[in-house]
Amino acid sequence: MATTRAPLRRFGDYTVLSVLAFIFVLPVLYLLLGSLKPSDEVLNGLTGFLPTHLSFDNYAHVLDALNSDSTGYFWRFMGVSLLVAFVVVTGGLFVNSMAAYGMSRLKWRGREAVFTLVLLLMLVPFESVAVPLFYMFNDQRNTLYIQAIPFVANAFSVYQFHTFFRSIPPSIEEAARLDGAGPWRTFFAIVVPMSKPAFASVAILTFLTQWGSFLWPVLMVSDPSVRPLPLEMSVFQGQQPPDWGQILAFGVLLVLPVLVVFAFFQRWFVQGVASSAVKG
Amino acid sequence: MKTVEPAHAAHADREQDPPVNSVQPSRPARRNRDWLHGLLMSTPAVAGLVAFVGVPFGYAVVLSFYNVRLGSPLAPSFFGLEQYRRLFTDPDLSGPFLRALLNNLTFAVVVVPLQTGLALALAILLNRKLKAIGLFRSLFFMPVVFPMTLVAVIWRLILARSDEGLLNSALHAVSFGNWGAFDWLGDSATAMASVIVLSVWQGVGFQMVILLAGLQQIPGELYEAAELDRATRWQQFRHVTLPGIRGTLVFVAMLTSVLSFRVFDQVYVLIHGGGLDEDATRTVMYQAVTTAFDQNNIGQASAITVLFFLIVVALTLIQRRVVRPDNED
Repeated sequence: MATTRAPLRRFGDYTVLSVLAFIFVLPVLYLLLGSLKPSDEVLNGLTGFLPTHLSFDNYAHVLDALNSDSTGYFWRFMGVSLLVAFVVVTGGLFVNSMAAYGMSRLKWRGREAVFTLVLLLMLVPFESVAVPLFYMFNDQRNTLYIQAIPFVANAFSVYQFHTFFRSIPPSIEEAARLDGAGPWRTFFAIVVPMSKPAFASVAILTFLTQWGSFLWPVLMVSDPSVRPLPLEMSVFQGQQPPDWGQILAFGVLLVLPVLVVFAFFQRWFVQGVASSAVKG
Repeated sequence: MKTVEPAHAAHADREQDPPVNSVQPSRPARRNRDWLHGLLMSTPAVAGLVAFVGVPFGYAVVLSFYNVRLGSPLAPSFFGLEQYRRLFTDPDLSGPFLRALLNNLTFAVVVVPLQTGLALALAILLNRKLKAIGLFRSLFFMPVVFPMTLVAVIWRLILARSDEGLLNSALHAVSFGNWGAFDWLGDSATAMASVIVLSVWQGVGFQMVILLAGLQQIPGELYEAAELDRATRWQQFRHVTLPGIRGTLVFVAMLTSVLSFRVFDQVYVLIHGGGLDEDATRTVMYQAVTTAFDQNNIGQASAITVLFFLIVVALTLIQRRVVRPDNED
């Protein structure tokens, strides 16, 4: 790039990037501004972008509006989503990493067959089992556990851990095992602490998928007391007449937890997504 | 197929050969117990996968051969291939289903090249050593973390039918007042296009990150050599970039087409309260859910999901076959 064109080219790159980024960010900007503006000023043409009469009133109103048994409670929706995500992420890290270790590092007859089964199940999208699951667990509708349990075991997470564990040099574990540590202690005391990057990217990818989960709650949840946030977002935006300021404030509250995670763990986020490229 | 692998996956094949200096010779007893431990460790996850993926998947196939209705006092009766026949030939049922299939195809045919192309353009633009490039990457990736339900709501406002809708008033401004109110979501001609735009906005960062990882694996010397040969930027793209990421690109296109058949959330949210034209945007999954949930027709819905799965598998196989001859790089 040591040519005289370089500065010009760089300027051009920045211009194109800035214009594209601006277009990309507009909807997010609109969301943020709208959540802070009086409702009648949100859906108001281009003036929706003017930062006028900003306040947190909409947020207060959302918490007021969703504060009874008939509408459900905002903090309860949030709590349900957090709890379900917590169970799916932590439970998933535990069982999927353990299975991956058992299949990648311990030798036993049939492990190749079992791992092949996992790889095959990885190709089955959740959408194609949603209807039979809905039928099988119809009498468990409107419970918390049915929102979480089916997603704890995750073929793709097993695969990600499996790939990672196989990249660890075996000599370290062998030393531990020669010192008398059994496979469980070797796993929990030696392998898990060494595998933080894998745990981080699996955790973040699982959390991201779970937080936005919508299809399963649509089928399984109608009771506001166990309704997760994305489902309530759908209910809340369907009210007539729509109160746009409140709807957007609700939206900000819905995306906030995952944005916070994104801001702090961006590197793992991107790595997790890039590693999902291996899928398929 | 060559795919992007995370850095930690680089030596994945190492374990194929059992390590020579393992505990094997000195501890035969331990190896015997490894059998038990390995099985015990694998059991929870494998049992969960069998229970919540394997069994339901087989059950979907079984249910699709029965006339099963939720909450019906009648016992399920064997139906053979009747559910499938109805989906394709029964005048009352095949209409919405075939329309859903067509909508899904339209969505896929537009989104796959559009989203892959845009993701590639962004990845190339972002694969530079410029200041603040990390910030730009984050900005383009950010919508990926937005739940689809929220994305649908934001775009419901942007595309709102009144003349106060964002797009309508922007068009009004640039056309010197010649553009009035237009119902982007409700008009059957633009409903699908609207769904496509918001889906691409949300999803493109995902493909971009994968392609970026692919671009970064192309050795920099290739570009330096091209520069020395006075290759133009376009020639560099054609002869260095494109061959270098062909495998990744094929993978991304495949991933996107499978994802594009899974579309559900945004369509459901926008039809329920967003004024989206239902007939022009219903997808196969939307059809399965309404059949199961609103009509309680589990047998029919199962047949739809079985077909959905076959389509996804067929897509994967066709694409693998089509791209294989060029993919031996």
